Amino acid sequence: MSDLYLLWRNLFRRKLRTFLMMLAIFVAFVIYGVLGSIHYAFEHGVDSSADNRLVVVNKITFIQPLPYAYVGKIAAIKGVKNLTFANWFGGYYQDARNQIGTFAVDPESYLRIYRDDLRIDPAARDAFIHDRTSMVVGEAIATKYGWKVGDRIPINSNIFTNKTDGSHTWELTVAGIAYAAKESFNTSFIIFQYENFNESKTFGKDTVGWITLETDSAAVNDKVAATIDDLFANSTAETNTQSEKAFGKAFLAQLGNIALIITLVVGAAFATILMIVGNTMVMAVRERTKEIAVLKTLGFPSWRIWRQVLGESVLLSLLGGVPGLLVAGLLVTLLSKLASGAIPGLALTLPVAGLGVAFMLLLGVVTGFLPAWNALRLNIVTALGRL
Amino acid sequence: MTGQTLIHLQDVSKRFVKGKDTITIFDHLGLSIPAGDFVAVMGPSGSGKTTLLNLLGGIDQPTEGSITFDGGRVDTLTEGQLARWRAHNVGFIFQFYNLMPTLSAARNVELPLLLTSFGRAERKRRVEAALSLVGLAERADHYPREMSGGQQQRVAIARALISDPKLLLCDEPTGDLDRTTADEILAMLRLLNQEMGKTIVMVTHDPEAAKYARRTLHLDKGRFTERELVA
Repeated sequence: MSDLYLLWRNLFRRKLRTFLMMLAIFVAFVIYGVLGSIHYAFEHGVDSSADNRLVVVNKITFIQPLPYAYVGKIAAIKGVKNLTFANWFGGYYQDARNQIGTFAVDPESYLRIYRDDLRIDPAARDAFIHDRTSMVVGEAIATKYGWKVGDRIPINSNIFTNKTDGSHTWELTVAGIAYAAKESFNTSFIIFQYENFNESKTFGKDTVGWITLETDSAAVNDKVAATIDDLFANSTAETNTQSEKAFGKAFLAQLGNIALIITLVVGAAFATILMIVGNTMVMAVRERTKEIAVLKTLGFPSWRIWRQVLGESVLLSLLGGVPGLLVAGLLVTLLSKLASGAIPGLALTLPVAGLGVAFMLLLGVVTGFLPAWNALRLNIVTALGRL
Repeated sequence: MTGQTLIHLQDVSKRFVKGKDTITIFDHLGLSIPAGDFVAVMGPSGSGKTTLLNLLGGIDQPTEGSITFDGGRVDTLTEGQLARWRAHNVGFIFQFYNLMPTLSAARNVELPLLLTSFGRAERKRRVEAALSLVGLAERADHYPREMSGGQQQRVAIARALISDPKLLLCDEPTGDLDRTTADEILAMLRLLNQEMGKTIVMVTHDPEAAKYARRTLHLDKGRFTERELVA
């Protein structure tokens, strides 16, 4: 017999109660594992953007377009090494529920800017540049719909009308599949030729959604951004130039403050668990007051009993939390498959799991501290009623 | 056979503060118990019997006076030192057995050995020996709820003996048992005293139980009123 055996026997003295506490902790860590992984994937995806990439958008909101003429003017600014632009298309396939991130881009400059993020076959790249009705499909979308090179796919827009036939459909040929060169890069997208789009849309001609540029180095980012915004100050389309990371975060913020939502949900779950488990642990130890007094009478030092009680709550937390994290890992893997790569890098990563284990230990210590302290200070004479 | 003094109380006073009142339990009490003695302590409720047992067992400290055990002061020890002292020198037997309900008889008996450096095999050997001594070897794997009061008390005795203490303190050890079982337990205590030389101090309300002791001390209002040799 060891202290651990004693601890184990005490923990499972009331199996149903212990099981329910473990279940509560389990649920909390499933929530934490799933939401934490999603948050990490979003944050990590944005953080992996190149440091020297800037995005120029309309100062009012990035939904407002910028004149195409800005492209040339910005390209001429000192410190700008490469530049491309893109236009939001509002694309979907067959059904409006099948939304696909679809962008009208300048093929050559776009692929040059994202050369380190995307892998694309040279032949496919050439085909994309030379065929005005072609598109490059991200791996996640190609896999999801089973598209292959040469397929002609009707892509619909929920914003624009195709003036050639008055429909909302553009029929595009798959020139190639783009693969992520970095795990965190999202391949749930379609890019097609801006020239084709610009000529066939019924409104907003010669405008672009945003301009992405590469500076000579991250050190000149602020200067270049200020120069661009100053250049278009007091014009009809003033600009807001920011790093691609900041732009990515601002874009995610349109979905809501994900970090805040996750913090609130996880926080609420933990606060509830803290109260339930903490209160139950206090009661569980209180009902053993006499046994603790007997242990002290037999000569068990107070610190050893303190360690026992604290160990009990930490073990309880781990027994509920570790399976919770494991199930969260399975759910996240499943979610990642269902999302077809829409959230790149979605997995229960080591930092999220590590933080989870730290939370378990913290939960165990916090919930066990008060009963352990009470056990430490327990007076034998009072506890045994031996006055 | 009794020998030299094992435990000695000199001018021991014990007072409790309760609200604005100070309650005096003992006022300059003196007592010597030789090694190998078997003392029954009797007296009405509130006479200080249990407090005396607490002081002898080092789970309470006197307000004044000194307590020596085997020549060494006990009343000056810190809480941690007292815990170690109890583990090595004192075995406790309670009225309601106070076994751990989550542990089997063998595990209950083994508990005090967790405070020693004995290995698993040695602990197992000692537990088997102690349970055999109290006649419960075949009930080693039984839990307290599966045993009668008398059997539980015998497990408690085995637990008290396992670390081979010099002093056994018994607080109404037969108070919860029927006459026949009580006699079995008391006979066992007498055997431990006579055959193994254990010094026993037993608090009891039962004059029949006191007859098993070598002598009886009567305590009333914090003072010994009569000393009577029985054996």
